[in-house]
Amino acid sequence: MEKIVQEKYVQLENVNMTFFTKKGTFEALKNVNFSIREGEFISIIGHSGCGKSTVLNLIAGLLQPTDGNLFCAGREIAGPGPERAVVFQNHSLLPWLTCSENVYLAVERVFGATDTKDQLKKRTQAAIELVGLAHAADKRPNEISGGMKQRVGIARALAMEPKVLLLDEPFGALDALTRAHLQDELMTIMAKSGCTAVMVTHDVDEAVLLSDRIVMMTNGPAATIGDILDVELARPRKRLELAEDGHYNHLRSEVLKFLYERHAKKAA
Amino acid sequence: MSAIGISKEDIKTIMNNEQTVASNPVASPKAAAKKAARPAVAKRPSALALKMRAFFQWLLPPIFGLLLMGAVWTLISHQSPNLPGPVSTWHSAVELFSDPFYTNSPNDQGIGWNILASLERVGLGFGLAALIGIPLGFIIGRFQFMSRMAAPIIGILRPVSPLAWLPIGLLVFKAANPAAIWVIFISAIWPMIINTAVGVSKVPQDYMNVAKVLNLSEWKIVTKILFPFVLPYMMTGVRLSIGVAWLVIVAAEMLTGGVGIGFWVWDEWNNLNVEHIIIAIFVVGIVGLLLELALTSLARRFSYE
Ligand SMILES: Nc1ncnc2c1ncn2[C@@H]1O[C@H](COP(=O)(O)OP(=O)(O)O)[C@@H](O)[C@H]1O
Ligand SMILES: [Mg+2]
Repeated sequence: MEKIVQEKYVQLENVNMTFFTKKGTFEALKNVNFSIREGEFISIIGHSGCGKSTVLNLIAGLLQPTDGNLFCAGREIAGPGPERAVVFQNHSLLPWLTCSENVYLAVERVFGATDTKDQLKKRTQAAIELVGLAHAADKRPNEISGGMKQRVGIARALAMEPKVLLLDEPFGALDALTRAHLQDELMTIMAKSGCTAVMVTHDVDEAVLLSDRIVMMTNGPAATIGDILDVELARPRKRLELAEDGHYNHLRSEVLKFLYERHAKKAA
Repeated sequence: MSAIGISKEDIKTIMNNEQTVASNPVASPKAAAKKAARPAVAKRPSALALKMRAFFQWLLPPIFGLLLMGAVWTLISHQSPNLPGPVSTWHSAVELFSDPFYTNSPNDQGIGWNILASLERVGLGFGLAALIGIPLGFIIGRFQFMSRMAAPIIGILRPVSPLAWLPIGLLVFKAANPAAIWVIFISAIWPMIINTAVGVSKVPQDYMNVAKVLNLSEWKIVTKILFPFVLPYMMTGVRLSIGVAWLVIVAAEMLTGGVGIGFWVWDEWNNLNVEHIIIAIFVVGIVGLLLELALTSLARRFSYE
């Protein structure tokens, strides 16, 4: 029996977000509407400061909207929860714990009630192996490279077996080669796990390569969804083959046009 | 006017010197290469010699400092006949420390006993302050309401001179020893509360977001995130506290009497034994330094970096 795929697995309805700061109110998001299919990989792209992280944090439950509703798996998002795991931009590993201890903290929280200690350790080990870090499991975050830290962050999130994986510019701080490598790995991992993913990025190639759909945001204040682009490229995708692919380059230029023609950012 | 002229000349000579120094190796790279090719091993100082040199360079300045202090002391003692110089103080110290643990009467005990009595009071007062101050700091740092509540209390009580608390202690405990411990307690508690609270309030939002996404329990948040992060701040508080406690004990004991280094100083003043007073100053200073060093190395051990 085939599983019924939910068309509106994650749903944002008329979401407004206004920040109240000492300097006054700031309307960051206005009328954001979109939904994500189960198992879909979505990228959110837009100029810096437009509100991409805000959208992600709303889905994560770290922020509450001033207006509108957010749903995940048919239920209103009331706060953060382990079924919506986050890979933070700056990895946010606890520096006093080893890589595997960092992952274990998450595993223990999610499965501690149902699993034995042995099973928890196995889960941790499996997650570390999944991102290819078995050799660095007992190292502290300050002893490993930026790319490895980001992998631990991904392992931590995946080990929770989330329904939705939220990634905030996960490869933003990495050099181009490491980034490409991790993008390929993420594609493989996502194909295996089949979980829904939302990734914030400002990298056009990354968005087209990884996503099923690209949500393009207008500039703030009062940013909203400008357009949503379907990426109908067969999987598995190979970056070298795609470089020559006409459709790929067309999609790429669509995103570029959106960012640099229709919603060009005025020089600050 | 002329001074300016001279200094300009100086600068010029210095600059010329630097140029000559800098141009030397550049001018003759071939010569340098030839030198290196030849077996010039004897000319280069060995690793051991280099280490020795670094060691002496490290050691010399503090020794000069101590010598300077001794020199100034000698000079002053020559001017003022009541003040004993380093030599007579040294002889007196040797005599004093040859039998540090005698007991003639409750008021006449060896210097060792006096130091230990003071350390015991400091340990008790400081320990109680840590026991109460550190958890209080966590609570104040973690909850905005508590921090607002504590602000006026800390603001008013902290600037009070430690000895002003002594009468209250004597009144409440009706005995000198607990009153002295109370004074240590009340003066040592503030740095620990404040530094711990500051540490907790500085925990990066990223870590707290991790805690939120993982839905960690308050216990896990404290043990896995707050405590390791705050530890260095806490140790700073502990170090400041022990410094204050050791500063205050001498003054408190002068007032309360009994056995203790502070009372001993007072007693020697009554006996007009100035050598012993100077020795006491050194003892207080050295013990304070040792406490500080011990806690610094402890702090380094606990730091995760
Ligand atoms: N907590 C906050 N308080 C006030 N303003 C905020 C807050 N978070 C974000 N903003 C503002 O909202 C806008 C969008 O921020 P963000 O979502 O971080 O942008 P992006 O991730 O697209 O670079 C920015 O102008 C930012 O200054
Ligand atoms: Mg952002």
